[in-house]
This record gives sequence, structure tokens and C-alpha cells, in this order.
Amino acid sequence: MEMPTEVDTIESLASREYQWGFVTNIGEDSIPAGLNEDIVRIISAKKQEPAFMLEWRLRAFRHWQTMTEPTWANVHYPTIDYQSIVYYSAPKSKSDGPKSLDEVDPELLKTYDKLGIPLRERELLAGVAVDAVFDSVSVATTFKAKLAEEGIVFCSFSEAVREFPELVQKYLGSVVPYTDNFFATLNSAVFSDGSFCYIPKGVRCPMELSTYFRINAANTGQFERTLIVADEGAYVSYLEGCTAPMRDTNQLHAAVVELVALDNAQIKYSTVQNWYPGDKEGKGGIYNFVTKRGKCLGVNSKISWTQVETGSAITWKYPSCLLMGDNSVGEFYSVALTNNYQQADTGTKMIHIGKNTRSTIVSKGISAGHGQNTYRGAVKILKGASGARNYSQCDSLLLGDKCGAHTFPYLEVKNTSSQVEHEASTSKIGEDQIFYCRQRGLSTEDAVSMIVNGFCKEVFRELPMEFAVEAQKLLGVSLEGSVG
Amino acid sequence: MLEIRNLHARVAGREILKGLDLTINTGEVHAIMGPNGSGKSTLAQVLSGRDLYQVTEGTVTFDGKDLLEMSPEDRAREGVFMAFQYPVEIPGVSNLYFLKAALNTIRKNRDLPELDAMDFLALVKERMKLMDMDQAMLNRAVNAGFSGGEKKRNEIFQMAVLEPKLAILDETDSGLDIDALKIVANGVNALRSPERSMIVVTHYQRLLNYIVPDFVHVLSEGRIVKSGGKELALELEESGYVGYETETANAR
Repeated sequence: MEMPTEVDTIESLASREYQWGFVTNIGEDSIPAGLNEDIVRIISAKKQEPAFMLEWRLRAFRHWQTMTEPTWANVHYPTIDYQSIVYYSAPKSKSDGPKSLDEVDPELLKTYDKLGIPLRERELLAGVAVDAVFDSVSVATTFKAKLAEEGIVFCSFSEAVREFPELVQKYLGSVVPYTDNFFATLNSAVFSDGSFCYIPKGVRCPMELSTYFRINAANTGQFERTLIVADEGAYVSYLEGCTAPMRDTNQLHAAVVELVALDNAQIKYSTVQNWYPGDKEGKGGIYNFVTKRGKCLGVNSKISWTQVETGSAITWKYPSCLLMGDNSVGEFYSVALTNNYQQADTGTKMIHIGKNTRSTIVSKGISAGHGQNTYRGAVKILKGASGARNYSQCDSLLLGDKCGAHTFPYLEVKNTSSQVEHEASTSKIGEDQIFYCRQRGLSTEDAVSMIVNGFCKEVFRELPMEFAVEAQKLLGVSLEGSVG
Repeated sequence: MLEIRNLHARVAGREILKGLDLTINTGEVHAIMGPNGSGKSTLAQVLSGRDLYQVTEGTVTFDGKDLLEMSPEDRAREGVFMAFQYPVEIPGVSNLYFLKAALNTIRKNRDLPELDAMDFLALVKERMKLMDMDQAMLNRAVNAGFSGGEKKRNEIFQMAVLEPKLAILDETDSGLDIDALKIVANGVNALRSPERSMIVVTHYQRLLNYIVPDFVHVLSEGRIVKSGGKELALELEESGYVGYETETANAR
């Protein structure tokens, strides 16, 4: 598997002035399909970005042209034609998408119903063109005011580029450099939008930050970019995604998330990902190629990743930690579920650089139907990381006999005073377990969902309370029909 | 309450039950005894709805309803409970959570309101006393890492909470030492009531010293070949099953 390149901070740019990029006069609609330098320039111009941003995008693009798509992951999909993709589309007008929920796939509506999603949200999720005034707008405004009192910045990435260029310039690409990997580099060249969050020194963010509350959050899915910086002694818990299945007309998703934790700072990043997985025959579905990495830059800093992955046709995702500061801590808790023809190749990398750094990996893979689930994890303990410790546990659960579970743990230890533990198990939901539950009055579906949730317990307890409840429901719904 | 008529059942292509008849009235405790392979466990599995067993002939009526038409969960909701010979482990699911989910589905079926966490806990604590169980067991995963005795006790404890109309105890005595056997039997006896019938499946007479049945049936080659009162069990203790094996062999 690819190891992260060493931390290379972004080059200081000649011009630190706040400059607007060059502007081309173009229409409101989507730009033509395909990717070249002009397209990158147009994207930057459309977003009215300062010069440093355009320069960075262009460097990424030029680098990307020298790269080839990785093939080491245990996933199979038809070749992606990168020249057939439209890399920028203007905010959707009302004429796109279904006019009302009546036009939405009834299967999808059934799922929303089971998950108890409020009507207004269903419309948003299904891509129904809704009128401009959402209830959430006023919520978001109050929310923003409260955060501002604490000096917390939480806004869209585009806004951050315009309003806080110094911060963006300092940290953008400092964890995932634009040269990092094929998909991250592509993202760096063409990213559409995303979230930016800065927690100042000593501030404990008073609430869980969620993209849900951010205006502009809609339709930034394809090439999303998130950057979170927790300054010294700061704390933030960030929630990404939602449990409802999300439709998107774009099949390829290549997001990048960068986290930076300075001295004594803590970032907790929780994801529930439920992009459209394709139908029962494996048609359609999102290809999700995500690069997520956190850097524990400061001493005693801590970054925790918790993810529940149930969606997408293909998941390629390794939320990782660079443990640079002494005594820093990295955690990865993951539940990945594949049903029908879904494929997931997911895991983490824990790179121990500082002294007495610690990491914990708990991965739970569930395969049902024809699903293929791969855990791929790397633990690297570098020479200077004396006293480093790692504990890894990865368990696989199989439902039925057409699915697969695979485990690829990589281990590289260069310091003899470190300690590394790895535990792994594979089990199958037994006919007898299900019968036992049914004999006590539970339906087969409830039984499976109970057994699976029991299997995932160690991960769910890391999720914020509300999210955990939703995640449990989600697993149940995602597994429906997987046991005869 | 339970009428079994001419029941034939097979598993993996082999006919195990070959025309079994049995009537159980409300409040009665029936012991089913018999040599290995006589079909005792098959009867328990067929009554609880395990689909590995195919019923090829006969009828089973429970409270006037066709039991064989019902799914295992519907039978459970109607009040059929089986104490398993080999209780299954469910890692990560706490006993408490499991039992609450089970009880509430059953209550729902009886048009009773679901119990909230507090009421449920109170009920559970009361029933635990019956089985001399440690409260810590509630938070442990279902049967995971339990000793053989703990598993069997847990089965009867579940029965105490779910309050079935018909309880089937499948070889509940197997693998128990005498102390554990007494605890389990005490629990079962405490649950005897005029509204509840029980089928006690056992190979050995030993259990019946503690759970005294109203009727004893000897099962051989898939049919009940002899029925009697509790003294029949003692008789079997003396003579073993040898006679019954030949008796059916001769009958052919």
C-alpha cells in the first residue's frame, strides 16, 4: 500500500498579498467535460480564488498528469475516463433533479422512512429542488454567531480561501501534499468546495460541528476538501456525512480531509458514509476514493477517526495519523459494511514518529451478499519513536457464503523499545444464532441487526451518542434482505 | 393446549419422527424420555420451528392454531419457549438488551405496552433471584464465555422473564453437576403454574427427581411407545431403554 510521503509543508509563496485570480467571462452553466490547465483556471476563476490557490491547483494538475491510477487496492471497477467528467458545475438550478418526492425512487423513500428522516431533509437528500429558505438556515445562523463568540472559524472552503487566506495557505496540503496520491492530487487540482474549521488556542468547541449546519453544504460532494486545524490546547468534535442514503449524479468521488492538531490539541472526526451503493445487481453506485489524514503535530495531541461506512459501490479509504509530537495519540475505529456487490478496501495508517506515541486500531468488517471487504492497515514505527505502542484489532463477520473478507496488515518497526500488538478474527453469523433469536420472538432481520450491532459495539461507543443510535439503525437497514 | 397427531418429520433426508401422537393440557408437565436417536431433540426442534427439520405428515395444534404454519418467531410470540440444549453465544449483545428486545416483541403480540428500561430492570432483578444469578451477568454478552451451568441457568432465567405458555426443556440437565441441576430444577419448579405447560426432554431419570412430571412418555424410533405417570421414569431407571428398543423392533 502507499505510505504517506513525509510531511512537506507547502512552499511559501512569493506573493502573500490577497489577490484575486484572473477572471474569465463565462456563463453560469457547467463547463465542458474533460480536464486540462484551462479547466483548472476556469474553476479557480469561477470561485474567485487568490493567485496562490490557482498556482497550487496548477502544480497539482501538472503533477497529476505524470501519475497513473493505483491498482494495488482489492477493488475492481471499469476504467474511469477522466476526460469524460465535468469538473465544475454551477450551483444547481431548480430545473435539475426531481420536482417533488413523488418523482423519487420509492425504494429510497422507504429507506428514509425506516431511518425516520424528517420530510424536509428527505427532499434535500433526494436532490429535490427545494425553495431557498430552509429551516436549517436560521439554525445555522444562530449557530455561527455562537461559534464566532469563541473565535471559532467554521465555513465553506471557498469562503475560507477568501476570508482567511493566510490560514488556508499555511495548512493546505501540509498533511496531504498535492503530490500525495493519484486521487488526492486530482482533488487538489479541481476540488469544488468543502469545509474549513479553525479552533483557536485553548478553545474547546462548545458543540459538535457538523456539515449539516453549514449553509452551502449541498452539492459539494464530488471533489470535497476539508481542512481542520486545532490550535494549542483546542478541542473539536466533527461529524461528517449522514445516515440517509445520498444520491449523486457524479459517480466518482475523490475527497481529501486534512486535520492538524497542535500541542495538547484534540480532534475527533466521526463519519457516517452512506452514498448510493448501487442496486442489488451492482449497477450504479458511487466510487469513493478518499484521502483522509491527520497530523498530530504538537506534543500530547490526539486525533481520533471513527467511521461507519455502509454506502458506495467502491470504497477506497484509509484515514491515517502522523504521530509527530511526543506522546501524541492516534485512534481509528471503523465499521465497514458491504452488501450486494459493494467492495470496500479500507483501513488506516499509523505512523509513529515522536517518542511515546500511541495508536489504537479497531476495525470491524461486515460482508454480506456478494460484498467484498478488505482491511488494509499499516503501522510504522520510525527510529526516533522510542516507547511507541500500537494495538490493532481487526475482525471480520461474514453473512452467507458468497461474500469475502480480506485482511492486509503491514507492520514496520524500526525502534526496539516499541510495542506492537495485533489481533484478528473472522466469524460467520450462524444459522443457529439467528434461530436462537427467532425462538425468543425476534424477526430474522432484527436478529441479524442485533448480532451485527453487537459485533460493532466497540466502534459505536466511540461515536457521539445520537450518531451511534442512527448508525445502528443504518446497519439494520443496509443489511435488509441479506439473510434469507 | 397442544395436540400432536401422527407427526412425521425428517432431517437431512432421514425420517426421525414416524407418527408421533401427544396431547398436553394446560398446566401439565410431560417428560419425554428415550434412548439416543429416538427423536427426542427432533421433537423439540420441530415444535420450535427449526427449518432444518421437515414435517412430512401430521398436525400440531397449539391453542387451537396450526403451529406448523407459524414461523419460529410467531411461535415464540404466541408463547412457545424452548430452553436449548446448547444455548448459542452472541458476542457483543448484552443479556439485558437481548432479553428486553425479546420481551417487548412478545408483549407487543399480547397487546401489552412495551416495558421501559426501569420497569424492565425491576422485573429482571426480581426474576434473577429465582435462578441465584449474579447481576453482573446481565451486562455480559448473551452466553459468551458462560460455563455450561451458567448457560442453562440463563435459559431458565429467560423463561422466567418471557413467561411462556408452553416451555420445552431440551436436555436441560445435560452437562450439569448436581448443584447446578438443583438450581435449574428449583427455577423450573418455581415457574410451574396452572397456566403453563412444560415438555421436559431428557435422557436420564435424574432430572425428574427434581422436576416431578405429571406424565412420562417413552419415545423410541420416532413414536411414543409407552406413557405413564412419574413411576414410569423410575422403572426406566431400573431397566434402562433396552426393552423399549426391542419392543419397537418386535412391533415391526
